[in-house]
Amino acid sequence: MSALLEHAPPPPPRSDERREIHPVPPRSDRIFVGAVRTASVSTLVVMGLIGLFLLLRAMPALKVAKWHFLTEHQWLPEVNKFGVASLLWGTILIALIALAVAVPVAFGAALFISEYAPRSLKKLLITLTDLMAAVPAVVYAMWGFFWLQGHLLEVSKFLSDTFGPVLPFLRVDNPDTLSSYSSSAFIAGVAVSAVVLPTITSVMREVFSQAPVSEREGAIALGATKWGMIRTVVLPFGRGGIIGGIMLGLGRALGETIVVFLIISPMFDFTTHPLQSGTNSIAPHIALRSTESSGTALSGLLACGLVLFLFTLLINTAAGFVISRSRSGAATEI
Amino acid sequence: MTDTLTTPLPPLPTSAGTPATLSARNVGAWFGDHQVLEGVDLEMKAGQVTALIGPSGCGKSTFLRILNRMHELVPGASLSGEVLIDGDDIYAPTMPPIESRRRIGMVFQKANPFPTMSIHDNVLSGLKLAGKGFGKGRAAEAGDLVEHSLRSAGLWDEVRNRLGAPGGSLSGGQQQRLCIARALAVSPDVLLMDEPCSALDPTSTRRVEETIAAIAHEVTVVIVTHNMQQAQRVSDRCAFFLAAENQPGHIVEQGSTADIFENPRDERTSDYVNGRFG
Repeated sequence: MSALLEHAPPPPPRSDERREIHPVPPRSDRIFVGAVRTASVSTLVVMGLIGLFLLLRAMPALKVAKWHFLTEHQWLPEVNKFGVASLLWGTILIALIALAVAVPVAFGAALFISEYAPRSLKKLLITLTDLMAAVPAVVYAMWGFFWLQGHLLEVSKFLSDTFGPVLPFLRVDNPDTLSSYSSSAFIAGVAVSAVVLPTITSVMREVFSQAPVSEREGAIALGATKWGMIRTVVLPFGRGGIIGGIMLGLGRALGETIVVFLIISPMFDFTTHPLQSGTNSIAPHIALRSTESSGTALSGLLACGLVLFLFTLLINTAAGFVISRSRSGAATEI
Repeated sequence: MTDTLTTPLPPLPTSAGTPATLSARNVGAWFGDHQVLEGVDLEMKAGQVTALIGPSGCGKSTFLRILNRMHELVPGASLSGEVLIDGDDIYAPTMPPIESRRRIGMVFQKANPFPTMSIHDNVLSGLKLAGKGFGKGRAAEAGDLVEHSLRSAGLWDEVRNRLGAPGGSLSGGQQQRLCIARALAVSPDVLLMDEPCSALDPTSTRRVEETIAAIAHEVTVVIVTHNMQQAQRVSDRCAFFLAAENQPGHIVEQGSTADIFENPRDERTSDYVNGRFG
C-alpha cells in the first residue's frame, strides 16, 4: 500500500485522449518470454550460421567453377571441371520415384487408419507407423540393398520389357542381363519410398482425423455414403495436409543419404534411364567423396551441400506455406 | 417487417417429399453398458411439429439421433425397440441406413454447412451425395431448386446476390438456415432439429421458427428444444422427457402442446414447463 501511495496518482485521462492500454507484464512473464524468444531466435541463428558456413567454405570452389557449377555434370575437380547438375537431377529423380511409390500408399493407409480401421486396429497401426518413422535409415538401406534390390530386378525387367517399346526412357542396354537393372535410380527410389512413407502417412492421417465431427455428421445425415462423406468433408479439409505431407516427404527424400549410397553405383551423366544401372545424388556423393577430397574438391562438395540445403529449405518453406494457408493447417474448429 | 410466410413460393422443381408419420416403439438406448433411454413410445404424426422437451441429459438428443440412425455412429452405441416410418422399420436389415437418412433429414445444434463449398453447392450437396446431382445441362433446374430451398428456409433474400460465396462466410443464424435449406433440398419426409436455435440471436431464432411454421405442411418436424416458449410457439404436440438420477430417460407425459403447457397431468411436467426445475 505504502509503495502505491508514494507516487502521486496519475491525473484522470481526458475523455478525448487516446489511452495507453498495453499492460506491463509481470517480471516472471518477461523472463519466460525472454527465454522462449531466445530459444526460437537461436534456431534461426543456427540455421543461418549453417548456411553461412556452407557459403564461405563453398566460395573457393564457386570462384573456380562460377555459374558452370550449376550446369556442369562432370565431377573432375583435378581439371576444374565440376558441377552439381547431374547430381541435382539424380537427387530430384530418385525423390520423385520415391514419392510416386510412397504417396498413393500413404494416402490409402492414412485414409484407412483415420476413417475405416476399427478402433483397436487403429491404435496399433498408428503405433506401427510412428515406429516405422523412427527406424534408422541405415536399416532401410540394408533392407534395400540385401533384399529389395534382388526382388526388384525382375520387376525392372518386366517394366522395361512391357513399356520400353512405347516409353523409350524405360529401355536399358543389355536388357536380357539382370545386372543391367541393378543399382538404378528406380531401385534407390523405391527404397527411399519406404523411408518417407511413414512421414507422409502420419501427416495425412493427422489432418484427416481432424476433419470436424460436425461436418462429417452433416454429410452423413444428408444420406452420404462413407466415401461421399470423405469426398465432401475429409478430403477438402485435409487438402493442405495432403500437399504438406507430400512436400515434407519430398524434403526428406531429397536429403536421403545412406539408403541411396548403398544402392546406387555413382556416375556423372544425367540419368535418362531410371531402370538402368547407375545414377547419382548429392547427399551420397558428399558422403562418398568427403574423406578423400581436399582443397577445391572439398570446397566443391560443400557447394553441393549448399545447393541441397537451399533446395530443401525452399521445399520445406513452400510446404509450410501451403499447410498454414489451408483450413487443416490452421487447425481451427469453426 | 416483411411477412415471409405469405410470400408465394415458386413451384417445386422436383417432387416434394410427402410428410410421413414416424413412430417409436418401446425404444431403449445404451452407450456401452450405460442405458440412457428406456421404453420410449412416441408417435410423431405426419405434417405436425412435435417438440421434445426436458432437462439436459434426459436422452432427448439421443432419441432424436435414433430417429435417423445417427445414434449408431457413436462407438459402443446400441438400442432396442423399433422406429417406423409410415409403418416401415428403419432399422430393418433390408433398409440401408443411407436410405433412412435421405428420407429423414436432420439439422444440428451447431450449424455445420460445408464451409469452403459455395452457398449454391451447399444447398445441392445432399442431392449430389445421393448421386442425383444436376448435370451441367440442368443448371436452370438446379437454380430453381436452390431458390426454392433457400426461400423455404427464409434465407433467399439475404443471399440471392452471393450464391457463389462460401457457406462459411455467412453469419451463425444464416448458416443454420442454410443447413435447413440443405436438408429441405433433398425433399425429406421428416426433418429432425436438435436445438436448432440454441446458438442463435433472437432475430435469427424468430426466422427459424417462421421457417418451421412454413414447412410444417410439407414435412413432419421433430424438434428438441430447451426453450419452453419456443416449444409452445412452434409445436403441435409435445413429449416431456425426464431421467431420474442414474436412471435411463423416459417420456413422462406426451400430448397436444396446449395440454402439456396448460393442463399437464403429471406434477413433474407442470413443474418443468413452469420453470420450477430443469
